[in-house]
Amino acid sequence: MVALIVVLAVLGLVILYVIFYYNKLIRLRNQVDNAWHQIDVQLKRRYDLIPNLVETVRGYAAHEKEVLERVVQARAMGIGAQTVGEQAQAENAITQALKTLFAVAENYPDLKANQNFLMLQEELAGTESKIAYARQFYNDMVMTYDTARQRFPGNLIASMFSGVFTPREYFEIELAAEREVPKVSF
Amino acid sequence: MAMTTFYEEIRKNKLKSAFLVSGFIAVVLLLGYFVGLIWGRDYAMFGLLVATLIAIVMSLVSYYHSDKIALASVGARPVTREEYPYYVNTVEGLALAAGIPMPRTYIIETPAMNAFATGRDPEHAAIAVTTGLLERCNRLELEGVIAHEISHIKNYDIRLMSMVVVLVGLVVIFSEIMLRSLFFGGGRRRSEGEGQGEGVVYLVLMLLGLAFLIISPILAQLLQLAISRRREFLADASAAMLTRYPEGLASALEKLTVEAKPFPQASNAVAHLFIVQPFRARVKPGKRYKTSIWDTHPPVEERIRRLRAMAGLEGMRGPEQG
Repeated sequence: MVALIVVLAVLGLVILYVIFYYNKLIRLRNQVDNAWHQIDVQLKRRYDLIPNLVETVRGYAAHEKEVLERVVQARAMGIGAQTVGEQAQAENAITQALKTLFAVAENYPDLKANQNFLMLQEELAGTESKIAYARQFYNDMVMTYDTARQRFPGNLIASMFSGVFTPREYFEIELAAEREVPKVSF
Repeated sequence: MAMTTFYEEIRKNKLKSAFLVSGFIAVVLLLGYFVGLIWGRDYAMFGLLVATLIAIVMSLVSYYHSDKIALASVGARPVTREEYPYYVNTVEGLALAAGIPMPRTYIIETPAMNAFATGRDPEHAAIAVTTGLLERCNRLELEGVIAHEISHIKNYDIRLMSMVVVLVGLVVIFSEIMLRSLFFGGGRRRSEGEGQGEGVVYLVLMLLGLAFLIISPILAQLLQLAISRRREFLADASAAMLTRYPEGLASALEKLTVEAKPFPQASNAVAHLFIVQPFRARVKPGKRYKTSIWDTHPPVEERIRRLRAMAGLEGMRGPEQG
């Protein structure tokens, strides 16, 4: 009788723990998805600003076709991206292309004096840093979620419901410049 | 790992804050009890009840309106993205990094350099910076300052501090009323027919109560200042966590102190809200500010030292090279 009660009590505790941990994982997973949504909002904002910028620059520097083309292509790639990995790749391409575009713009004093261009530049720079911050938050959330999924005994629960707790990808920076470790030579 | 120590620190601080606030509430209730007791033995419970009611009402008022009062008292006005795109974009970016909704943005027109955050939770929060700060800080420094304020919002310091201020105010008012009524004809209605032993107990309780009345306002204010100083260190640490660049805030703090200008709009009542203690008088250049238990903020040198020590932690960027 006593043994039965002990077994039932332990079983009850285990079930309670599973419920608790399941809910915790759900909460973390939703946080990750919400953080992704925050990045998405900023990415969309950037897609909306780019056509304007391209038109403005074209008005002053029409023969910088190659640079403009690269921006347009990178944007199209971003809009068409399916996975987090693809998205990250496309965003890095956009960032690079914009950097080149703004560098080229330095050679056109008329363009640099254009109010519309200056406004777009400030907006894009602001959006760029917001993407960086949103990405940082997203990656933090993915890390918390991953830790909760991989820790024992949480990993048992996560694998029990592996259809629900699918892994989430980190939004990685692949820029050569940002990756590069400064070489020190003696 | 850097992450765990930060979360650990936030957790510990939340616990300590909860403890301190409960201490405060206990003091307010005890004061009510003594007030009743001095009025007459049968009124002790009545005093306790009244104190509880007043504490609840005042806390509710501060809960819902402290942000408006604080913003109005320093003459802050709301600004839009069109007016200050740079400032508003920075706030939005750091709110994203912290995972909180975008707070309302305000500015204070003054050459003094300072900033504060207020509100009751991340959904109802506001940030205000002075125009002096916007003019003289570079992007990295502004990010550091805004990150510090965003951290106050995320850690619920804004709610904690407005609650504490109200509770301190209550303690001060209660003991004031009591001391006055005691000296001017209070304590008349002592119940009749008490035994000799009971009389002694009552007298001892009265004396204890009196001592308590006298020291509690001082203790309460010191406690408030201690809480305020503690939260500043935590907000600095969280800010470094958000920007991953402690040097930005460190250099901003340096600038805010070295180039300090008088800030007459910031009264004593709101001094604890700001990122650095606002100076009301003109500061003599080169004169070192002496720390005291009456400070609302820890010494800036110590804050800068701690921030610079963080630059070595994993995931943090050190001072920019080249």
